[in-house]
Amino acid sequence: MSRFPGSLQTIIDEFKAIDDANMRGELLIEFADKFIDVPETIAKRPFPKTHLVPGCESEAYIWCTKLDDGGLKFHFAVENPHGVSAKSLAVILDEGLSGHNADEILGLSEELVYEIFGRNISMGKGQGLMGMVAMVRGLAMQQRAAQL
Amino acid sequence: MDSIKDRGYSHSNVLVSTDWVAENLANPNVRIIESNEDQLLYKTGHIPGAVEVDWVNDLNDQLVRDYLQQSQFEELASNLGISKDTTLVFYGDKNNWWAAYALWVFRLFGHTNSKIMDGGRLKWEKEGRELTREVPSYKPSSYEAQSRDDSSYRAFRDDVLKHLGTGGQLVDVRSPEEFSGERLHMPDYPNEGALRGGHIPGAKSIPWARAINPENGTFKTADELRAIYEDEKGLKPNEEVIAYCRIGERSSHTWFVLHYLLGYDKVRNYDGSWTEWGNSVGVPIEK
Repeated sequence: MSRFPGSLQTIIDEFKAIDDANMRGELLIEFADKFIDVPETIAKRPFPKTHLVPGCESEAYIWCTKLDDGGLKFHFAVENPHGVSAKSLAVILDEGLSGHNADEILGLSEELVYEIFGRNISMGKGQGLMGMVAMVRGLAMQQRAAQL
Repeated sequence: MDSIKDRGYSHSNVLVSTDWVAENLANPNVRIIESNEDQLLYKTGHIPGAVEVDWVNDLNDQLVRDYLQQSQFEELASNLGISKDTTLVFYGDKNNWWAAYALWVFRLFGHTNSKIMDGGRLKWEKEGRELTREVPSYKPSSYEAQSRDDSSYRAFRDDVLKHLGTGGQLVDVRSPEEFSGERLHMPDYPNEGALRGGHIPGAKSIPWARAINPENGTFKTADELRAIYEDEKGLKPNEEVIAYCRIGERSSHTWFVLHYLLGYDKVRNYDGSWTEWGNSVGVPIEK
């Protein structure tokens, strides 16, 4: 049974199949290389602090919009040019969750960070990345509440 | 001020410029070492010929909360292909925060020929210098390290308690919010991994990054540093200082500044820092 919503489980399974830390790093960088900044139609700098991920040293911002079919679309900005892990996770969250509806995303767990980055991630970095996951879930909850 | 020599440091030879590094990329007696917060950053591109030392996996024992033992350090040094005579040049992200941490650990094992590239990764990138994803390979060396010397530059909790009892100088290099004990906005996570917030009584709050010019990551001049640490905060250069942060990483940066750039002889880094102090039973805390 899938523990994570949407296509995210497929991505996690891809990481789980990799034992070698270097190969895991290469895959993470492949994701980071695909990072696209939030479009100006959604948000312009300076970004409102309400979209800033608390505790994220890479200064990640997240937005959520609704697609025509009711699915959600997540957008990200990472202001620290050295925030490669944050960019990588942003692409993973976008590819894994965008297009799915809020109900499918509400069960998203911060455990995702360990599944993707491994258990020996530093506490500071782990908290920042978990903050990104928590904000994505929070934005999905807001979208769901707006539907009711 | 462009020239490192003109900035008035006590030991200006512990800093090298990006120009110097660019001119020494092929120097076999120089090993350039990148050390970052983000473990992916090196892989996205690094200075040609640079090797990586990861603070989590390479500098720390993987079981006990401690640094490498002598044999583990010798293995690391061997894998880097260095000898005791090799000039090590550390650089990295976050204004060389992790670079200073790595240099400090190498210093515990007696590798004195170590330097930091002023400005770190930020300056190298801003100058549009070459980065590569090609990971170099060096022939393993034979490196005989001294046993780790914790007495000169490292402080433990009991040392801090003793230091506190004599009214010794303490520098808290964390952010003002961490110093005040203000809770972080992270639901379900304890503040900085500690059960209590605040700071060690009497510590002076001097965030580590004040030593840096934020536009290019270079160190401020000696006069500018003295204005912060001595004129503003009242540190006495001839008296003992213990610096701390959360796990000893940011405070190793301040250790570097006080010891090498300002010439303080008696500076130690309390690497147990707040994750130990803020979780310890019965130790004094001030808010």
